[in-house]
Amino acid sequence: MSDYRIKGETGEWEVVIGLEVHAQVTSNAKLFSGAATAFGAEPNTQVSLVDAAMPGMLPTPNMECIRQAVRTGMAINAQINKYSRFDRKNYFYADLPQGYQISQLYHPIVGEGTLEIEADEKAGIAANKVIGVERIHVEQDAGKLMHDQHPTMSYVDLNRSGVALMEIVSRPDMASPAEAGAYLRKLRAILRYVGSCDGNMEEGSMRADVNVSVRKAGDPLGTRTETKNVNSVRFVMQAIEHEAHRQVEVLEAGGKVDQETRLFNPDTGTTRTMRSKEDAHDYRYFPDPDLLPLNLSDEFVAACRDSLPELPDAKRDRYLGLGISAYNAAVLTAEVESARWFDALLDAGAKPVAAANWVASELFGALNRLGRDISDSPVSPAEAAELLGLVADGTISGSIAKQVFEIMLETGDGAAKIVDEKGLKQNSDTGAIEAEIAKVLAANADKVEQYKGGKEALFGFFVGQTMKAMQGKANPQVVNELLKKALG
Amino acid sequence: MTDLTNLTVAGIRDGHRAGEFTAVEVAEAFNANVANAKALNAFIVETPELALAAARQADADRAAGTLKPLSGVPLGMKDLFATKGVQTTAASKILEGFVPPYESSVSQKLWDAGAGMLGKLNLDQFAMGSSNETSAFGNVISPWRRTGSDTALAPGGSSGGSSAAIAARLCPAATGTDTGGSIRQPAAFTGISGIKPTYGRCSRWGIVAFASSLDQAGPMAQDVRDCAILLENMAGFDAKDGTSLDLPVPNWEAALSGDLKGKKVGIPKEYRIEGIDAEVDAMWEAGVAMLKDAGAEVVSISLPHTKYALGAYYIIAPAEASSNLARYDGVRYGLRDLPEGAGLQDMYAATRAAGFGPEVKRRIMIGTYVLSAGFYDAYYTQAQKVRTLISQDFMKAFEQCDVILTPTAPSAAFGLGEKNTDPLEMYLNDVFSVPASLAGLPAMSVPAAITKEGLPLGLHIIGKPFDEQGVLNAGLAIEQRAGFTAKPAKWW
Repeated sequence: MSDYRIKGETGEWEVVIGLEVHAQVTSNAKLFSGAATAFGAEPNTQVSLVDAAMPGMLPTPNMECIRQAVRTGMAINAQINKYSRFDRKNYFYADLPQGYQISQLYHPIVGEGTLEIEADEKAGIAANKVIGVERIHVEQDAGKLMHDQHPTMSYVDLNRSGVALMEIVSRPDMASPAEAGAYLRKLRAILRYVGSCDGNMEEGSMRADVNVSVRKAGDPLGTRTETKNVNSVRFVMQAIEHEAHRQVEVLEAGGKVDQETRLFNPDTGTTRTMRSKEDAHDYRYFPDPDLLPLNLSDEFVAACRDSLPELPDAKRDRYLGLGISAYNAAVLTAEVESARWFDALLDAGAKPVAAANWVASELFGALNRLGRDISDSPVSPAEAAELLGLVADGTISGSIAKQVFEIMLETGDGAAKIVDEKGLKQNSDTGAIEAEIAKVLAANADKVEQYKGGKEALFGFFVGQTMKAMQGKANPQVVNELLKKALG
Repeated sequence: MTDLTNLTVAGIRDGHRAGEFTAVEVAEAFNANVANAKALNAFIVETPELALAAARQADADRAAGTLKPLSGVPLGMKDLFATKGVQTTAASKILEGFVPPYESSVSQKLWDAGAGMLGKLNLDQFAMGSSNETSAFGNVISPWRRTGSDTALAPGGSSGGSSAAIAARLCPAATGTDTGGSIRQPAAFTGISGIKPTYGRCSRWGIVAFASSLDQAGPMAQDVRDCAILLENMAGFDAKDGTSLDLPVPNWEAALSGDLKGKKVGIPKEYRIEGIDAEVDAMWEAGVAMLKDAGAEVVSISLPHTKYALGAYYIIAPAEASSNLARYDGVRYGLRDLPEGAGLQDMYAATRAAGFGPEVKRRIMIGTYVLSAGFYDAYYTQAQKVRTLISQDFMKAFEQCDVILTPTAPSAAFGLGEKNTDPLEMYLNDVFSVPASLAGLPAMSVPAAITKEGLPLGLHIIGKPFDEQGVLNAGLAIEQRAGFTAKPAKWW
């Protein structure tokens, strides 16, 4: 149980959250027409006769979109419905050429599934939590109105009209903004692993309708509101925060929460009424008579399953099994590109634990500094493996490796070449090290006394002095061993 | 050369092939008949130049030895089929002036087969009607008249332009579409043949939709053979229509046979409805005798849910229509009525109020109502159950018989204006044709008798799914025995 509560005048309130996420299916063509789906194209250049709902035009399902929805369902361990059907949702709007949206109300393609969010102490998520997914269905997107093109008229751009969306409907299983944020991030990661949606919230590839209600502990569910089309994780969390507090205020003032549709204002972080239940459309859903029910063959379903990549949870468990820390495993699997990069690093022969530490601190740090994504990292997994290999076989020390990495970033040269040219090879010659140790101990006889008298913290001082004397190139392990012996 | 216009499609095809006349002569003869028949109002748009262009091509193809199945045959095209570069209206003001940049799959197949287009034929607005009186471009007048009367009669509907034009020899044959009887009833009213194939045989792509789960294109022609020829060139799988049947198109013409030995003909007792016209009843009896004469065995069958068919149809068809016609909103094409200072909702209301005729509005309102929250289950869901039961009735009946024989319509053609005060009375015209539509079955009307008043009556044959051949053969057996040769006396 989340311990997130709204503290009101009359006591504490629990928050109940469900999310309906609209994810644009990655596909070259629309759900029911062959038109292209490129983002950012000139208005009305990605429109077929079907998308414009010309008289006599008919939809035919694009099986690539269906395949992506099925694969997404499999990725959340959901029931795949081999029989599903399309329904028409009827309403009039200028961005909806057909006068109806083709969706799946009665028989969605994907049924019950689950998604696990990880414990996150800082965010107040005490333990891993399973969030139920009620269903995933596919439907058409609408076009968009442009109100800034003409002083008195609105223009219509149908480029998005008919683009395939997956609507992923969660159970009302989330109890805090943090849980909702974690759910969205996890869902986004899964979609990107599967490749069914690019998860790009800025471009509108993923947006959420946020259902929120509040109640006193032990009470039945309160009346919920639905805040439409929120397009970032942060905004979703803000919208929940604001909406939950607003509802508590309304209830504590003796009012009633209206079941209504609300809009989120990203500038103020607040929500406002869009339309009340009384104004709600009667969508007159009925089965689309232009489309036969979808009957997926066993072969089709099996091919979908075979095409699934290793998913975030499985990958994380595999990394844990390699001895990688839970924190690093989580960081490395959060984004599919990081995970793929890391897997390539392992494939190139890097040792898992050291490689994970290095990627999570050195590489991510560098990328952060350079403002680059891992997908255009200046250092390839093979080049990184070479560097890590030099550390692993004792050629260079960890601290020298940092220097070498910096030079790699600057020059693009390989690690071995740099080590060679700059003479950074680590010195493991016990004779040379023993000679330097002897000098250091002689020069610091007082400190040796103190050490022997019990001030063991001075050991680090002797290590530092010895390393300094050897320009940092001494093998630290060898230095440690020989120092211990000398101080015996 | 006027006798060329009395030829059948087969006659034109074979005569042209044999060099008895040129395709241009044929096209000119029909163009002249079209030009001289304005009084019938059968065409919304006349395209004599297209008919001539196709004819010239046909004559060139003959010279080159590259004749196609319909080379030299000019056709009328119901104005529900989108025709590239030629206005397509569905007989509605809301599409007046709309010129599609695309060609319907069915019309394209016909042009590919060498046919030419004489023009776009009038119809009931959005194919909603049984008399052609709902057209926004004036009603078609049947070439038929009662003996000794000049009362204007209905050509049937919705394919009334098609039926009138064929009966008056303005075209050798034409396309029709049938949702609840729109090919068969007008064929019966005008003494011609027409077949609605199994749902899915002909692509719906590019046909202005009325009720998607029922709409089906088919040919209308002077006789059964012509129907077979045309259907062969209209049918076929189309990937652009999700409900298209992925089946080969049989060679129906080659397999035509009026010999029904070994076949069983079912007579459904439920079709003996109260108040059926005595002459229609007599024709039905005569039809039974004709099929027996052709070698068929006649069996009595039961289709117990027949009485619910019309009610279910007038829920399902308007429900689908109310949604299909939502696209006519004034935003992208067709009529836009934008009153001064109007917003979007006002534009919708004004455009649709001005653009749709009263029958179309009635059906949109019925359809909207039956799909509404709180009524959906009582109407739409219930109607779908009835539809399933009706299909099951037919499947059971077809365990006992190969085809079913009924009258096409409960009466001969009525006068224009005689039935348009009570919509329900008009809807009753579809009572025999609607059950086959709900079940998606192939069915045709062939002329079988003339009433005492001198008007044609049609017999209706319903077949098993995909068995157009069985339907056509039974139709041929009737045609061969009915001796129907009557033609309307020219008054126009």
